[in-house]
Amino acid sequence: MMTAASPLLNGRCPTGPVADRWQKCKDELKLVSPNNKRKFEIIVVGTGLAGASAAASLSELGYNVKAFCFQDSPRRAHSIAAQGGINAAKNYQNDNDSVNRLFADTIKGGDFRSRESNVHRLAELSVNIIDQCVAQGVPFAREYGGLLSNRTFGGSLVSRTFYARGQTGQQLLLGAYSALMRQQHVGRLKVFPRREMLDVVVIDGVARGIVVRNLVTGQLETYAADAVLMCTGGYGTLYYLSTLAKGSNVTAAWRAYKRGALFANPCYTQIHPTCIPVHGEYQSKLTLMSESLRNDGRVWVPQKAGDTRSPDQIPDADRDYYLERRYPTYGNMVARDVASRAAKERCDAGFGVGAGGQSVYLDFSEAIRRDGEAAIRARYGNLFDMYQKITDENPYKNPMRIYPAVHYTMGGLWVDYHLQSTIPGLFVLGEANFSDHGANRLGASALMQGLADGYFIAPYTVSNHLATRKLEKVTTDHPEFERCLAETRSRTYKLLNINGKRTVDSFHRELGKLMWDYCGMSRSDKGLRSVIQKIRGLREEFWRNVRVPGSGNELNQNLEQAGRVADFLEFGELLALDALTRAESCGGHFREESQTKDNDTLRDDANFCHVAAWQYTADDRDPVRHIEPLEFNDVPLIQRSYK
Amino acid sequence: MSPTMSLTLKVWRQANPTSAGEFRTYKVHSISPDQSFLEMLDVLNEQLIINGEEPVAFDHDCREGICGMCSLMINGQAHGPERKTTTCQLHMRKFKDGDTIVIEPWRAKPFPVLRDLVVDRSAFDRIMTKGGYVTVNTGNAPDGNAILIPKENADKAFEAATCIGCGACVAACKNASAMLFVSAKVSQLALLPQGQPERTQRVQGMVAQMDSEGFGGCTNTNECEAACPVGISVENIARLNREYIRATVVGLT
Repeated sequence: MMTAASPLLNGRCPTGPVADRWQKCKDELKLVSPNNKRKFEIIVVGTGLAGASAAASLSELGYNVKAFCFQDSPRRAHSIAAQGGINAAKNYQNDNDSVNRLFADTIKGGDFRSRESNVHRLAELSVNIIDQCVAQGVPFAREYGGLLSNRTFGGSLVSRTFYARGQTGQQLLLGAYSALMRQQHVGRLKVFPRREMLDVVVIDGVARGIVVRNLVTGQLETYAADAVLMCTGGYGTLYYLSTLAKGSNVTAAWRAYKRGALFANPCYTQIHPTCIPVHGEYQSKLTLMSESLRNDGRVWVPQKAGDTRSPDQIPDADRDYYLERRYPTYGNMVARDVASRAAKERCDAGFGVGAGGQSVYLDFSEAIRRDGEAAIRARYGNLFDMYQKITDENPYKNPMRIYPAVHYTMGGLWVDYHLQSTIPGLFVLGEANFSDHGANRLGASALMQGLADGYFIAPYTVSNHLATRKLEKVTTDHPEFERCLAETRSRTYKLLNINGKRTVDSFHRELGKLMWDYCGMSRSDKGLRSVIQKIRGLREEFWRNVRVPGSGNELNQNLEQAGRVADFLEFGELLALDALTRAESCGGHFREESQTKDNDTLRDDANFCHVAAWQYTADDRDPVRHIEPLEFNDVPLIQRSYK
Repeated sequence: MSPTMSLTLKVWRQANPTSAGEFRTYKVHSISPDQSFLEMLDVLNEQLIINGEEPVAFDHDCREGICGMCSLMINGQAHGPERKTTTCQLHMRKFKDGDTIVIEPWRAKPFPVLRDLVVDRSAFDRIMTKGGYVTVNTGNAPDGNAILIPKENADKAFEAATCIGCGACVAACKNASAMLFVSAKVSQLALLPQGQPERTQRVQGMVAQMDSEGFGGCTNTNECEAACPVGISVENIARLNREYIRATVVGLT
């Protein structure tokens, strides 16, 4: 295994005191003169928080921007489903919060597998994000005096989370979308909805455009630009069942990987502790119940395995509030990976409740007694309604039943401090990159990162790229566009002409189950080795036996899905390989061979205190693993503890 | 385990925007009451693909009631029979074994059918470009707590801001009016101090675009509110009318 720092992975992190690095970087970035900005074309793929905020901000600066999304409107990107809130080190609650504390909490929450420089910058920018969103008219929760309200999230002992009831992501995204619509009106930005990115075009080593499928007509279209920003989200739908949108996929990132962008830490997946449990074979997705619920809900299982009494008949003495018992300091507010594993441990030991014993209680009765039903309704009304619609149970009367589900992926395309991938000119923002959350993301930090990347980082660093690199004029007539187009066309043709016996969805379900069983909350050397073989077998069957109806010249949702599943069948193997190679536990990556006596993650800092980034070589050859060492100077490298 | 259902589906099939559409009848079996409506359609599509037929195209994405991408007229009701519920959150326990369910796309001239149950709602985005925002560039913002907003106004603005832009209000309205959609955004920003400087242009711009897209007028039938999956109130339409009259008067001076 390679243990030396790879020359491919120059993080371009500034040196000096961590608190001064972003300023130092900004001071050194080159500017584009106002008159010249209109000469540059920028492509932004994805219109979630990262994409919409970046596209709008770059257009405001004077660049010509084209924004692409596969949904029918940019407002529908899955950032919209984020519920609980967004962190910012404002210290409005006078509880001694600070940029330094948010920085340290995020490093620790990520189990010491993220870059100090990036995380400090994120904590610094958090305060600007709230201001920007308020100015746009985002209706955050407020106190009677008219000031902003806060709540507490996991992995923290302060109250720094800003929220808009249980739909903070919706309100933030609609804010960024409104900025996008304003720029469309101004005329420097054009949105291309119902387009799916199928390739990135690299000319002379620099990203210069994309190939997309027009999902209405089926036509393949090409677009040239001076910079390409991928803001295409995470890859959690690899697991089939997840809290992600049905359309979420890895295709754009995977195409970039095959064109030379390195893929970092794919095994870092987040399994969120509080989701509505699986309840049937036909199920198409899982639904999150926001982590904010843990502010008022207490997690428990019966003391006695197999206790079938209804929850209201089980007295306190017969209940095991296992998070409060095991982690007295943080209690129900431990980091997500810790809460998820604890739920799995209790259920595997036979203490789970509900059909199949695959869930635990999240109980609000004490909070309802203390604050009244109206207060709880005001805080979480939409979440309780959603729970009731899905399960047909009333959570005001009975405790919710919850179980962990795939929710977020910390891994992603490798980027340097400028958010640029290993392909110059290809920037990666938001969940699609790997940079800020290490091996586990804290709650209310995804919104923060997406918007920090889009509003405040990319506008500066993309300008620097345009100012410093000599970019010859390129049009879509260039032979490289023709070549990428031909490859995409032949791939589509292949998918449509297999005419096998199995549906795309059946392959996706089978792949998802493999990933969940062997590469979910618990992973082992033996299991990972076997799943790699199983994925290869399934992939081989897919290309022989899938049936994709219809043609390529029309709206064909099955074809869209087939392309995404084909990529997942390759990507799943890389994820398993990364998990196999990282023979330590950290954050969301739990290797059974590497645990403390209390079943907590046991890191191996001597061998794995690094980012692992994979380089594509060829379809029939193993990828090459490169490493970027991580250093911890400002937050001491210690075993994480929420006790 | 609850008993499963067999259902007859009459589904609108249309190959493309210019071709004539028609209803086709399908049977589905072994449907669980805990399945969502879209998961029931997934079962239908798996069955169609295996039988060598084209699956039914329908829009959906988050499947948790927030993105606004799903639609469908179900037995003549936008998003189906359950109040304040999107189609993706509608569960089959609301139906009975042996039921016949008629499934159509949104029917409104400004929302042309693209295929089967998929319609083009880009008219909503075009309305938003004409004023559904506050003009504030990135970096311009004062401190978040420098803008004081009474809780009551913040709450009302929030209620209006929860619109998911699905278009059920238009589909439910006999005039295909988009007044509820437009009023939600106009109200949100009219209730907040941040929205005041552009109050006049906003309402004029958005209403003009709404009219030019071909959406009909409001005749106070309130079908929109009844169909809205997130419960946007028609009080917002009253506010939109007041804002529009105010803007007209201000515009005269």
